[in-house]
Amino acid sequence: MVRQMVVESVYCKILNDGGFRSDGRRQYELRDINIDLGQQGSADGSASVSHGLTQVLVSVFGPREAKMRSQTIHDRANINVEVAVAPFSTGERRRRGRGDKRILEFASTIKSTFEPVIQTALYPRSQIDIFVQILQQDGGVLQACINATTLALASAGIPLLDFVCAVTGGVHSTSPLLDLTTLEENDVPHVTVAVMPRTGKVTLVTMETRLHVDRFEDIFRVGCEAGKVIHKEMRAAVKERTRSVGSGGGPDVGDRDVVMEERMEDY
Amino acid sequence: MDLAEVEYDGGARLTCPGDYITSSQAFMRGHGTYVENDQVIASVAGTVERVNKLVTVRAIRTRYSPEVGDLVVGRITEVQPKRWKVDANSRQDAVLMLSSVNLPGGVQRRKLESDELQMRTFFEEGDLLVAEVQAFFSDGAMSLHTRSLKYGKLRNGQLIAVPPILVRRLKSHFITLPCGVDLILGLNGYIWVSKHVKDNDQEGEEGFDAEAVYSSQNDDIDEATRSAISSVTNIIRVLAAHFVPLTDAILLEAYAWVMDQEIGTKDILQEETSDFLVAALTSSRE
Repeated sequence: MVRQMVVESVYCKILNDGGFRSDGRRQYELRDINIDLGQQGSADGSASVSHGLTQVLVSVFGPREAKMRSQTIHDRANINVEVAVAPFSTGERRRRGRGDKRILEFASTIKSTFEPVIQTALYPRSQIDIFVQILQQDGGVLQACINATTLALASAGIPLLDFVCAVTGGVHSTSPLLDLTTLEENDVPHVTVAVMPRTGKVTLVTMETRLHVDRFEDIFRVGCEAGKVIHKEMRAAVKERTRSVGSGGGPDVGDRDVVMEERMEDY
Repeated sequence: MDLAEVEYDGGARLTCPGDYITSSQAFMRGHGTYVENDQVIASVAGTVERVNKLVTVRAIRTRYSPEVGDLVVGRITEVQPKRWKVDANSRQDAVLMLSSVNLPGGVQRRKLESDELQMRTFFEEGDLLVAEVQAFFSDGAMSLHTRSLKYGKLRNGQLIAVPPILVRRLKSHFITLPCGVDLILGLNGYIWVSKHVKDNDQEGEEGFDAEAVYSSQNDDIDEATRSAISSVTNIIRVLAAHFVPLTDAILLEAYAWVMDQEIGTKDILQEETSDFLVAALTSSRE
């Protein structure tokens, strides 16, 4: 009896009787999304995205000449993803080298997510470098990385078929949850889903825990829906950036129209 | 039909990747778009442009996409048999063939085997050069040439890189500012700012003094010219940060404004000053 009480107080409930989670969210509530598309050094495109306390920074370079000739592909661009995890990003301080198997797998997940989305065939023999830096981890690291990579690619002007919006879903007994924190990820089986919102195509489904087959469909469906919500945020951010850069005393549209008319007369 | 409908929120229509633009039955797709299920869909974030039936989306910030005849500034990255590889801010390194540079001893000279062996005496890794886009290879890489006295190795100056979209096609990309500074606006977004060279020095008799053209030695540059060069580069940095397109007129005006206000070279970069500069330029243009 006593033991049971201790257990209850140590493990705070994933979903309490009122339907709230440990951080006060509802079942399907997402955390705050913060998007910064400011310029980072000499990168062609960069984005910093945070979902609640999870924060990642992605810089994209390219398409550019491949550093290693052996990596060039004659009919399309090669995508190179490198992930770095800041030692201070987790609760326990820990250094992971670049050769760490888990990180390499993580990078190849991101790569395979974006391979069907980036129009690589337009850039034969080039290379697109994607550098991902994980600054803070509080669950949903993969989703944050994928969302930030999409935004960085878009701001680098690299042609994409569509946005890729990722979200983590989990299931607590029978009720699906969205956008899990570390606390929840430790206790609950979870899936990360990445969707292309326009067509509803899914470019990534991955999980590292076991999940009952009957529950999978629920989570998957909710995840796809949530992807569309995140898409709205990401789209607004990209639009805002395009507007502010395009009009910041910048290439004035009126001028360009004149140029275009002149060209048309030439024909 | 659709184009007119959804278009123009305060000027140009903006797109994001995956946005529906128009029907592919009425329009042709251009760069920055793709077709799926009879729909033309944007693949980059930028502004929609239309010429007759051709719809393109121009990305706000992207790598340089070359066209034949463009003037570019580049840096040699590699020396290979009969060719140099040149970084020109494009998606691949450009190629400069040994046969498309001016060789010493007469403009119309066949290249010899001995030239191949001493390619590094013309251009070495790290050298900067100005060239023209001559042609494209089948994979889209560009081939450059420097067969004009205007082109060739660069010295006596400083390079800055800006987003290529900011450099428009101009009557001349060689600009001389009244402060004794020459500017070369490469269409690839690389800009070379250097000490002014007198016109007759540049051309000379019978063209071409190989010593001078392929020399890597800087001339003496006096203090005033140095600070003028730095001022001009700082102005360009400021304008690029505010996304102001660079033309000869704007640069002249900006330099005149800076001189007028007696702003020091370093102070141009200060946020407040740079805001004033950009504001002064935009207000005078309206």
